[in-house]
Amino acid sequence: MAFALVFPLFFLFVVSSGLDPVSSLPGFPADSYVDFMFAIPFVHGALFTALNSAIELGRDIDTGFLNRIALTPARGIAIMLGNLAGGVALVMIQYCIYFVGGLLMGAHFEAGLLGVPVLFVLAALGAVAIGAAGMTVALRSGSPEAVQGIFPLFFVGLFLSSMNMPRNLIENSWFQWIATVNPVSYLIEGLRSLIVAGWDLETLAIGYGVALGAIALALSVSARAFRARMTRT
Amino acid sequence: MPRSRAWTGHRYVSAVSAIVAERLVREFKAVRAVDGIDLEVADGEIYGFLGPNGAGKSTTVHMLTTLMPPTGGRAVVGGYDVVKDGPKVRELIGAALQEAALDPFLTGRDHVRLQASLHGLSRTERASRGDELLERVGLTDAADRKVRTYSGGMKRRLDLALALLHGPSILFLDEPTTGLDPQSRNALWVEVARLAREDGVTVFLTTQYLEEADVLADRVGIIDFGRIVAEGTPAELKAAIGRPTVQVAPSDPDERESIVKTLDRFGSPVEAEPGRLAVRLDAGYDLADVVRALDNERLKVMHLELDEPSLDDVFLAKTGHRLEGQADAQPEPVGA
Amino acid sequence: MIHVASAVAYRVIKKSLTNVSFLLPALMFPVIFFVGFAGALSGVDRVPGFDYEPGYETFQFAFVLVQSAAMAGVFTGFGIAQDFERGFARRLMIAAPRRSGILVGYAVATMIRWVLNTAVVLAIGLLIGMEILGDGLDLFALLLLGLTVNLIGTLWAAGVALRLRSTQAGPIMQFPIFLVIFLAPVFVPIDLLTGWIHAVATVNPFTAFIEGARSLLAGSTEEVAVAFGIAVPLAAAFGLWALTGLRSAERG
Repeated sequence: MAFALVFPLFFLFVVSSGLDPVSSLPGFPADSYVDFMFAIPFVHGALFTALNSAIELGRDIDTGFLNRIALTPARGIAIMLGNLAGGVALVMIQYCIYFVGGLLMGAHFEAGLLGVPVLFVLAALGAVAIGAAGMTVALRSGSPEAVQGIFPLFFVGLFLSSMNMPRNLIENSWFQWIATVNPVSYLIEGLRSLIVAGWDLETLAIGYGVALGAIALALSVSARAFRARMTRT
Repeated sequence: MPRSRAWTGHRYVSAVSAIVAERLVREFKAVRAVDGIDLEVADGEIYGFLGPNGAGKSTTVHMLTTLMPPTGGRAVVGGYDVVKDGPKVRELIGAALQEAALDPFLTGRDHVRLQASLHGLSRTERASRGDELLERVGLTDAADRKVRTYSGGMKRRLDLALALLHGPSILFLDEPTTGLDPQSRNALWVEVARLAREDGVTVFLTTQYLEEADVLADRVGIIDFGRIVAEGTPAELKAAIGRPTVQVAPSDPDERESIVKTLDRFGSPVEAEPGRLAVRLDAGYDLADVVRALDNERLKVMHLELDEPSLDDVFLAKTGHRLEGQADAQPEPVGA
Repeated sequence: MIHVASAVAYRVIKKSLTNVSFLLPALMFPVIFFVGFAGALSGVDRVPGFDYEPGYETFQFAFVLVQSAAMAGVFTGFGIAQDFERGFARRLMIAAPRRSGILVGYAVATMIRWVLNTAVVLAIGLLIGMEILGDGLDLFALLLLGLTVNLIGTLWAAGVALRLRSTQAGPIMQFPIFLVIFLAPVFVPIDLLTGWIHAVATVNPFTAFIEGARSLLAGSTEEVAVAFGIAVPLAAAFGLWALTGLRSAERG
């Protein structure tokens, strides 16, 4: 938990200080780089916490604890949603800390007080999608190490997006193309729009749409994996 | 043939001792895991170090194999001080410790290569010795598989092969059969006995299994709470705490008194199971004498058994608690 | 000592090359950082005051080279800690007549692994059009600088691992390196940094390493003497740190 709290804020602090000169580029959408990067801790936090929950599920399977639960009347879907809900509850606490931390670093939040829950919910949807994907890996492999092994994949997804630069200012056409097809870009841009622009409903809607779509896909796959793992007569 | 003995300033030891420990102590913060051990293991001997979990067996082995220095006393292995001459000690010893200490991502043959290189064996020696040992422990076919695919027994066998690779004259085995099935355990016993008898290897074996110490060891040291509480051959230790007991179940209850009178000629009556009679045999008498006497008196029995003291009885007599039942699959932690 | 070092190095390298779970992570992170930063931030070379001649890809390559050199050492530290946790370290400690050879083996293996990974990142860089203005001698010096930084990372992490002998020491090994790496001119030259980060970067030894690497890639030796002047004594100091860690491990 400490790492999930400290690392995203540290990353925000260091990267926004290091890249602040970039905010002077013509067409840069924010007044300062810290405003531009303020969305990223929410994505980092979602990634670390959601994957940790999935790692714990992998551990429960590995140690046979899930078998113990399978012998109870508990329904599989309830166990699955419970696992995800636990992760969401944790990230919500983290988001409060990131929000305050970002403001202390000088970030501004254009969407105002009403925008805060919208920001938190969108970021939490991202956490659910990542958590469900992680759960699938845990359920299929039965191993916490396998879940840890997919962390680099999400890391790649994060880096090959508009995390560090707005898509229209990415000069490398191949990278711009990757960032455009990468759904993570839209999640980040949805969050960022609340911070930098205020109420850009189109970008926000796309962000929510991508997050909900990812959840639908990830949950359907993980539900199948859950049923297979918890086969009971 | 009498051995020449030397005075160390504290005690006499054999001039051809493979392992000598004098007032060996190891402390971990407030805990004295090894509390002043004196022992001596002769060349070519199998010495069994018997004790429950937490007694200090593994800690003692770690000191003797230079894995940790004593906090008091001294130990000499192969003629070299374990603290001052660690590298020389390590050239003479092989060790298979509690955990097989294998890398799951390497093959058996990779381990052989690694171990051989660590000991400075030449490529030719490595190949011939490696093949020989892998065959001896029955792992030739599995040699090129990753260790994570090995069973527990196979890992132990590989561990033993690695410990023997450089031809050590002294072998340390720390609970080598814990967790093994009976077949693998027996196979290991056969190999250990052969090493001592045919190759003259000195074996220092720690165990919490009475049968293992009884069957394998030339001499046994019993350790509890960091101290040696008894030492000797298994027969000596058992004889020291008591004579065997004969227990009889009469066929005809009316003959009970006659059987009692007959048994009393051979020893002292002791408590028996319900419906039975028991007598602890005096020195000079054995089971055959009792059987002959009952037969001469034409007394019929439906059950007759001889109970000899076990090493567990020895342990009970020396420590006030039993060793049997404390043995489990969990390895003894080293230190506090 | 040589046969001990070669045995240990062989094992580490064999494991890395024959197990994807070891090969990929060590390779992936430098590649991700390079592609992610160089790809996304190439527009940074339009920031007024940015005048690095070879271009932004090369600018970032220098950072990734130094960062991966240091982090490769941390990876080795994890491996050492795991060896102690799993008991494998005892095998090495019992068998090795000269135990310092074990440290040398780990260090050599880390260097070899880092060189292989860097070759991959270099290939990717050249593929995406990275320019290198340095000549063969500059690149040799760059390799030496990278190996020295790699050694610093390895000896730091080894010293921690040998003292704590647990994988829970991972964050202690990793976080200081991560901190020091990112408190350097990662994204823009030091002259374009302002405020507290400029002050920190000025005294950060990794700044010298990164600037030294950037100089060599640009065909200049301007910052190189400073880079080696800091790297070599640091490597010696961490060598002592690692050796005393080994003594601590021997004491149990």
